[in-house]
Amino acid sequence: MLTKRIIPCFDVADGRVVKGVSFVELRDAGDPVELARKYDLDGADELVFLDITASSDGRASVYDMIRRTADQVFIPFTVGGGVRSAQDVRLMLEAGAEKVSVNTAAIERPALIEEGAKGFGSQCIVVAIDAKRTGEGRWGVYTHGGRRETGRDAIEWAREAVERGAGELLVTSMDTDGHQQGYDLKLLRAISDAVDVPVVASGGAGEPSHLYDALTEGGADAVLAASIFHFGTHSIASLKAYLAGRGLPMRPVTPVANP
Amino acid sequence: MADVVIVDYGAGNLRSVERAVVHAGIEPLVTSEASKIPGARALIVPGVGAAEDTMAHLRGGGLDGPILDYIASGKPFLGVCMGMQALFEVSEEGGQHECLGALGGRIVRFPFGMTVPHMGWNTVHLDRPHPVFEGIAQDDYFYFVHSYHGAPTDPSVVIGSTEYGGVTFPAVVGRDNVIATQFHPEKSGRSGLRLYANFLRLALEHGSIAPAATAAS
Repeated sequence: MLTKRIIPCFDVADGRVVKGVSFVELRDAGDPVELARKYDLDGADELVFLDITASSDGRASVYDMIRRTADQVFIPFTVGGGVRSAQDVRLMLEAGAEKVSVNTAAIERPALIEEGAKGFGSQCIVVAIDAKRTGEGRWGVYTHGGRRETGRDAIEWAREAVERGAGELLVTSMDTDGHQQGYDLKLLRAISDAVDVPVVASGGAGEPSHLYDALTEGGADAVLAASIFHFGTHSIASLKAYLAGRGLPMRPVTPVANP
Repeated sequence: MADVVIVDYGAGNLRSVERAVVHAGIEPLVTSEASKIPGARALIVPGVGAAEDTMAHLRGGGLDGPILDYIASGKPFLGVCMGMQALFEVSEEGGQHECLGALGGRIVRFPFGMTVPHMGWNTVHLDRPHPVFEGIAQDDYFYFVHSYHGAPTDPSVVIGSTEYGGVTFPAVVGRDNVIATQFHPEKSGRSGLRLYANFLRLALEHGSIAPAATAAS
């Protein structure tokens, strides 16, 4: 049976992992390659790196980070942040990323999704949607790390992204992100009901029950989280044991010595 | 002449496949040159993306004939994901696309209404033992990402199966010295690395990955 995925996420700036609280306060949580290797051994099913480097000088460092990670980590990882063109997608895939996530550039130029899907296959094109509640059962799409309103409806954009070739959606609630009070389950359910590609839940995990809720009530195929892992609150093994105990299919964590 | 050749036909992420081979202690040759194929002692055709593009790249690069000749020569071959699907006769992905035809059957889509791609870790049930899976547990987990799957004419080519959304499909196919996986062993952690190591050891030490040959050796 296909298992539900647990995905630690790393926000990376200038080659270092950081995690924002509602995208404002940033705290250092370590070296990306070391963390990736640790989480691989701990039983993470995938990894996501979001490059939030502002300067173009620092941007080049992401390719080196991808290459170094691919040398040591043999589970899939997605890289996003600042992806503007099909050429950016190509370089990230060639460096060793399994999937590339696009966000702002896809909203500004939706054909980027088609170019990526046609050139490299839908399976490696993830469209990240940052959504903020605008009313009952309505969410708007935000870009630039949640600072800019686009005027687009999140559910409509999700459908369009999939029609254009997205193979997966990474859905972050700007309302719940960083607060560790749980994912936006209504947003997740609305999007997972609207599309037939896998949906990754993001934003708000603070307790094991939040992951369970996203994977059941929210209809998500995978859960992404950062703080809950990076600050040692919960191990992946304990989370997987908890979720398996509540009846969800999980890939068991097996102890490894020198893989 | 390199012993282990990974075919680069201009699509997909070959770096992870290359790294998995390096992890087994072997430096592979990653090449798009057809002339390097006949001398290989182990040939790996990886791949992601669409069937039409894959076949166009293989034919455009003059790689289709040498790959088929290599398989016919009886030397060990590993196909991964699109490299597995390309072995069949026809793929229905985005139309009807003629493939290599080394295995009888078609590549068909998961039924509409299911969540596709089938993406993530799923169990592989070995329908019969195979030396390449030595040391890998029955029903172990491997990483899949695909929307189409093989439908072989001859059920005896199915080595391992996986179930997704009520559909049971071939996760591992092969015959003689050909083995091919729908999943990505290079993205499947320790078990996937073991599969590469087994394939390479059998190919380079025995010149054969076939169950009968290795059982006799």
